[in-house]
Amino acid sequence: MTMRITVTVNGVEQTREVEPRLLLTHFLRDELGLTGTHWGCDTSNCGTCVVWLEGTPVKSCTVLAVQADGRSVRTVEGLETDAGLDPVQQGFVECHGLQCGFCTPGMLMTARWLLDHNPDPSEQEIREAISGQLCRCTGYENIVRAIRWAAEHPAGSVTAESAEPAAEQPTVPAQATPADAAVEEVRA
Amino acid sequence: MTTVAERPAQHLGFGRMHRKEDARFIRGKGTYVDDVRLPGMLHGAILRSPYAHARIVSIDTSAAQAHPKVKAVITGETLAGLNLAWMPTLSHDVQAVLATDKVRFQGQEVAFVVAEDRYAARDALELIEVEYEPLPAVVDARRALDPDAPVIRDDLEGKTDNHIFDWEAGDRARTDEVFASAEVVVAQDMLYPRVHPAPLETCGAVADFDKVTGKLTVWTTTQAPHAHRTVYALVAGLPEHKIRIISPDIGGGFGGKVGIYPGYVLAVVGSIVTGKPVKWVEDRSENLMSTAFARDYHMHGEIAATRDGKILAVRVKVLADHGAFNGTAQPSKYPAGFFHIFTGSYDLQAAHCQVTGVYTNKAPGGVAYACSFRVTEAVYLIERMVDLLAAELGMDPAELRMRNLLRPEQFPYTTPTGWEYDSGDYPRALRLAMDIAGYERLRAEQARPRDDGLLTGIGISFFTEGVGAGPRRHMDILGLGMADGAELRVHPTGKAVLRISVQTQGQGHETTFAQIVAHELGIPAEDVEVVHGDTDQTPFGLGTYGSRSTPVSGAATAMVARKVRERAKIVAAAALEVAPDDLEWEHGRWQVAGDPDRGKTIAELALLAHSNLELPEGVEGHLDATCVYNPPNLTYPFGAYICVVEVDPGTGVVKVRRFIAVDDCGVRINPMIVEGQIHGGLADGVGMALMQVMAFDQDGNHLGASFMDYLLPTALECPSWELGETVTPSPHHPIGAKGVGESATVGSPAAVVNAVIDALRPYGVRHVDMPLTPANVWSAIHGRPLRTDLAIP
Repeated sequence: MTMRITVTVNGVEQTREVEPRLLLTHFLRDELGLTGTHWGCDTSNCGTCVVWLEGTPVKSCTVLAVQADGRSVRTVEGLETDAGLDPVQQGFVECHGLQCGFCTPGMLMTARWLLDHNPDPSEQEIREAISGQLCRCTGYENIVRAIRWAAEHPAGSVTAESAEPAAEQPTVPAQATPADAAVEEVRA
Repeated sequence: MTTVAERPAQHLGFGRMHRKEDARFIRGKGTYVDDVRLPGMLHGAILRSPYAHARIVSIDTSAAQAHPKVKAVITGETLAGLNLAWMPTLSHDVQAVLATDKVRFQGQEVAFVVAEDRYAARDALELIEVEYEPLPAVVDARRALDPDAPVIRDDLEGKTDNHIFDWEAGDRARTDEVFASAEVVVAQDMLYPRVHPAPLETCGAVADFDKVTGKLTVWTTTQAPHAHRTVYALVAGLPEHKIRIISPDIGGGFGGKVGIYPGYVLAVVGSIVTGKPVKWVEDRSENLMSTAFARDYHMHGEIAATRDGKILAVRVKVLADHGAFNGTAQPSKYPAGFFHIFTGSYDLQAAHCQVTGVYTNKAPGGVAYACSFRVTEAVYLIERMVDLLAAELGMDPAELRMRNLLRPEQFPYTTPTGWEYDSGDYPRALRLAMDIAGYERLRAEQARPRDDGLLTGIGISFFTEGVGAGPRRHMDILGLGMADGAELRVHPTGKAVLRISVQTQGQGHETTFAQIVAHELGIPAEDVEVVHGDTDQTPFGLGTYGSRSTPVSGAATAMVARKVRERAKIVAAAALEVAPDDLEWEHGRWQVAGDPDRGKTIAELALLAHSNLELPEGVEGHLDATCVYNPPNLTYPFGAYICVVEVDPGTGVVKVRRFIAVDDCGVRINPMIVEGQIHGGLADGVGMALMQVMAFDQDGNHLGASFMDYLLPTALECPSWELGETVTPSPHHPIGAKGVGESATVGSPAAVVNAVIDALRPYGVRHVDMPLTPANVWSAIHGRPLRTDLAIP
């Protein structure tokens, strides 16, 4: 048995015939090819599968695709716009908020939601916001800093203050503003 | 859009640089194994044993075979026909790919289904009927050698017990002599419990066997793609040049993705049988129950000292639980890995260890969690023993350590068990950690009673690791020496491609290794593409684990870049019409000595090397080189950690308030990445000390088979880490670097435990085994210590 569902994913209507038991995370990954949303545990503990459903973060391994019928979903692929990267994406680059990258999409989605609802969160508020998600690489320190960076740079601009101290980079050529090449490259 | 004119500062060497790999990950554009989709791809799933120990009476797959979406069902019998039912482990044992005679741990692989989609494959598992005859299970390692213990490995000819090995290191007689005359001897039993690395990405593979070309391509979660290729060739009899292992983006490894798991082999067999690509990705319970664990060391430690605090000797007896197959994925010739580095950071007269390995009805493994091949257990042992000695002597544990640490002038230093420490300034690191912590002030605060009834504890650990496996005389994998290759090619326009054998699981190799080339050649790191994780595109080498990438492959990268630089010198001499000896390397270019206006950069020389410039007789054009690096020794990073905890004696709840970590990993290529690695390891240490354990009940049922039961630290359990650094370059590494990836995981658990025991001193508690959960701490306070590894009434 299959059911016909229509889900608006990152602003685009998607209609598919799916089994009622299909998990939202598998719908996004296998049916739509949006593999930025990951699967990690089956028990709603790790949060690598976090997406927005009707504007609220959910763990998409614990939501059926049919429950998203007629509703909107936003995934990590929907963070970047024509105007550029979301500041939370930039913050993770600026502050080394990721290593293996597996938890990153879920963390980014929660971070964006947090800042939409609390533009100036304290360190403790950030830790509580991401406490339903696991990261095995960063010890959370730089994820917290990355979200703070995004809070402090709502326009996402890369400023001199956020750039690495030039003194720590040997033989820096005499060029204008020291900014980070990786971020410049991804913004380009 | 960034234009050339606006081009930001480029990174010409070591220092903080944002990671090149981030651009894809922050967009959700990484490619992990489960993201790989091939045309016609099928999906595999594994039927696993519900029993820890049972004889297989029969397996009926007929209903599963009849499922309309099922393409193949493979059992141990199928594999036996292909001579693939058993595979060799890296510790000279064999492991069942699919069980034929018995199942030997809960979660062991019994059958493999290949179906059109992942849901159908799971459905078909339910249709397989297996009749088991349950057998008594060996769960408690301490009972494994009892005369009446059931024999687990009756597949091994003549095997009548569960004994694997006895092994010792150090000088037993000399150690006993020192102990016999020592003024003070302190002894303690301690368990480093079984834990699992639990990377967020589970293990998996996509195997694609092309019948026409005979080529097998496997996208797989491996930290060691070249080693896997050779093992597949040896095990499956496939020609090695027809095997391509691709390790794409890996969602964390931590040592759990080094060995070859049955699921990988089954995906390959499934593809050969069906003629289609087959994907197999395990779920979280499968990951926790069947892939490699770590630790499970039952240790009895003793430390001998003078009354005034001079440590003289250490000895230890270990009972090592290796699970049902001896599948420890470690490359040394020693069955206990590097455990005999347990003399730690101290100047001792003698030391001796004896390790006995046993089989139990649990999953195989042993070193799969950032342990640097059992250095973790060694550091935990010595650092707990030093704290116990300090308590016995009534000395401050910092003072006792300071009095016994190796002094800078003692390096290079050979330990009583034979390790050759390369460099270090230990007292400086401990002093710095104490200064950052405000140690004396903390002790004063601790002495004052608190209004809230909480207890403060301060714990120290000092560790020395040996990383960068490794020297050929001690180490190999199935006879393969642990040398790693590097290839560097500079294109005519001065952009370069570096190909390396090691593979990143988040360590940032694409950035760090580009920085090494930049440092050596004076071209921007942005202009160096790093290729890794694909055996068809990279030189041979044994992979990334045990913090070996920078010590071995980083050295290979520096050496190959220097070869290119020397080649460029010849081109420069020809172009500048001087003798090579008249040139000097300054500011990232070859220039004429005494005439610095005349010089050429690598980019200029690359174009010249490809041009019609006339080169000296016998000099080939172009600008590239290859190199293989044989590490002459391990590198020995070290560090001083201080943990401050609060313990609620009413509930047993422990809160880590502060954690100070001073690491010395020699020269830091990218300090940002180094600090990130340390942060992650510290979280692991807090997790292992306070939360993580894989316990079993009396029937061998796994009590930590999901993230609801196997607790990992979140952002709320972790404090904001306080880091410091000292830099003592490695004298034998080309750029003076040492490994760092596992340092914090190795060094930090002892600091947390020492802090909690320090807090519990008013209750007379000497020791509590990890994890220090509220229940375990509360029970210890009330004089009823629990065994943390078993739930046996």
